[in-house]
Amino acid sequence: MLLGTLIYGFVNSIILALVALGFSLTFGISGVANFAYGALYILAGFLSWLLFNSVGLPYILAAPFSVLLTAIAGALMYRFVLLRIRGMVLSEVIATFGIGLSTLELFKYLGFIGFEYTLPVFIDYSIDIGQVTIDMQRIFIVVIGIALAVFLWFFTHYTKTGLRFRGIAQDERTALSLGINSDRVGTLSVSFGAAYAAIAAIVILPLGTITVDHGYEVLINALAVCIVGGLGSTGGVVIASFLLGYAQTFTATYIESHWVMVVPLVAILAILVIKPSGLYGEQKELEERI
Amino acid sequence: MKKRKERIDRGIKVRSEDIFALCSWREMLYLSSPRLLPIVGLLVLSFVLSLYWQKVLLSVSVIALLAISWDLLAQSGMVSLGQALFFGMGAYLAAIMNHYWGWSPFLTMPMATILGGLFCTVLLLPVLRLRGIYFAMVTLILPIMLVRVIEATRIFGGTEGISGLTPLPSRWFELYIIIVALLAAFFGFRRLMGSDFGLVLKGINDNDRSVMNAGINIYWFKAQALFIAGSVGAFAGAFMTHVYMFVGMPVFALDYSILPIAAAIVGGTGTFAGAMFGAFLLVPLSEILRGLGGLRIVFYGLFLVVFIVALPEGIFHYIQRKYHQFERWVEVEK
Repeated sequence: MLLGTLIYGFVNSIILALVALGFSLTFGISGVANFAYGALYILAGFLSWLLFNSVGLPYILAAPFSVLLTAIAGALMYRFVLLRIRGMVLSEVIATFGIGLSTLELFKYLGFIGFEYTLPVFIDYSIDIGQVTIDMQRIFIVVIGIALAVFLWFFTHYTKTGLRFRGIAQDERTALSLGINSDRVGTLSVSFGAAYAAIAAIVILPLGTITVDHGYEVLINALAVCIVGGLGSTGGVVIASFLLGYAQTFTATYIESHWVMVVPLVAILAILVIKPSGLYGEQKELEERI
Repeated sequence: MKKRKERIDRGIKVRSEDIFALCSWREMLYLSSPRLLPIVGLLVLSFVLSLYWQKVLLSVSVIALLAISWDLLAQSGMVSLGQALFFGMGAYLAAIMNHYWGWSPFLTMPMATILGGLFCTVLLLPVLRLRGIYFAMVTLILPIMLVRVIEATRIFGGTEGISGLTPLPSRWFELYIIIVALLAAFFGFRRLMGSDFGLVLKGINDNDRSVMNAGINIYWFKAQALFIAGSVGAFAGAFMTHVYMFVGMPVFALDYSILPIAAAIVGGTGTFAGAMFGAFLLVPLSEILRGLGGLRIVFYGLFLVVFIVALPEGIFHYIQRKYHQFERWVEVEK
């Protein structure tokens, strides 16, 4: 029982981390709080469903293709909307919120509701760890989650584009004076965030059906993890997702599954009272705190 | 030969800026008509409209109340993405007081207004210590969470909500109480932002650190602004509860969050008139588009994006400029 809770809590934590990584990445680099994040996640899910079922691509092609399309959607959003209101934080919030809302509600209007909207699992097989049965998809989630986090770390530390990302994140003006194109980095950061959302969607969504309301949930979870961990801090995201993930799993097991959605809220309010800039928000503490 | 557009204040604007405004009826009319327009307009509308459109006027006024309270928060540097929080809080409080304790609407509405504002302020108090997008994030999350809590614990009627609440005495009473509330809030907010108190709020929006430097406790001012805006939103919720004689989870729905923001952005932020104007534009429009169902929210979202990007000042500022100034093309001097 306890072992099962621990294992499923671990999977749940990785899911949260996967969901929050893209949001945190975009915010950490270009300072854009992408409130269309949940919509991009759902967009990727429906895109790969459409490519798989309506267009008839094999799933191994449909999945990467939908990641690519979602990344392009993110880049277009930056180019045509966010670029014009860059720097006005609240306009960015309202604009991305508007985009996300209309995308999600459009899917709802077009009738993308029902049990047939599921993505196939990669391998339909499950293994036993002790007395706990766990399916391969959840193991994939763990593997891909860790791989993405590690990739992100190497990417931002050892590639030229990654170093540009960090340069813009640390000081935009100095980075500009060294010849880093901040618009291009901004575009890339939003589309990277979108791609992370899409990968998360393709890995996580096979566990259930794709629903529009799930998009709001994803956004809320991502926001909760980022607030608790400290906005824009990747280490904080990992720690916060483990905290929240285990808290949620224990709540579901020992109290009642209805209360799971309350956990992020309590965590947010508690962290704002104790340490307003999040667990690992020290670097940006001065800017956020007043 | 290059030309540029020049904007010059109209003569009548300059003349009516001083005590000399009292010299002629024309100047006095120029000054007073924009102020009288909402008052007279609302009263006339309440008489001439059919029963159906009177109901629409009710929801227009409710959205307008939420929109101006959003505008007040935005002017104090707090952008809320969840006006439904204030609305739903007021709605549920009024319903609880009416259903469980049997209080009359004349008691529940004022109580829900004050308590609703207070509860929202307390809930959001931790966020006030941070600037930027934290407030937007938490206000987005709170109403969705509260829905889940009600769903999970099945308190206050759970998913079915509470029905059979006491209605207000008559439909004329309904109509005039909301019109009076809207006008009072509108002109009250305008005065408030013109006073020293409002100046501090605007200062917090512009540069919070220099306001702190002046020895002013900005958290106290923010909390007060939050309480005022929350109370106005809670009043709208409490009122709507008694009109529908029902309260349920839809009061926390996205409609009540997105429509006020869309109204304020389309109308123009910074002057409460813009937010009100936006509500009077968007709500009847959405009533006409009722057949589209869920597609309406898609349109609100797109309206938000288009206006934020293409016309950030909003429609009202455009009209205001035309009213006060005239434009002409002049040659560019070398």
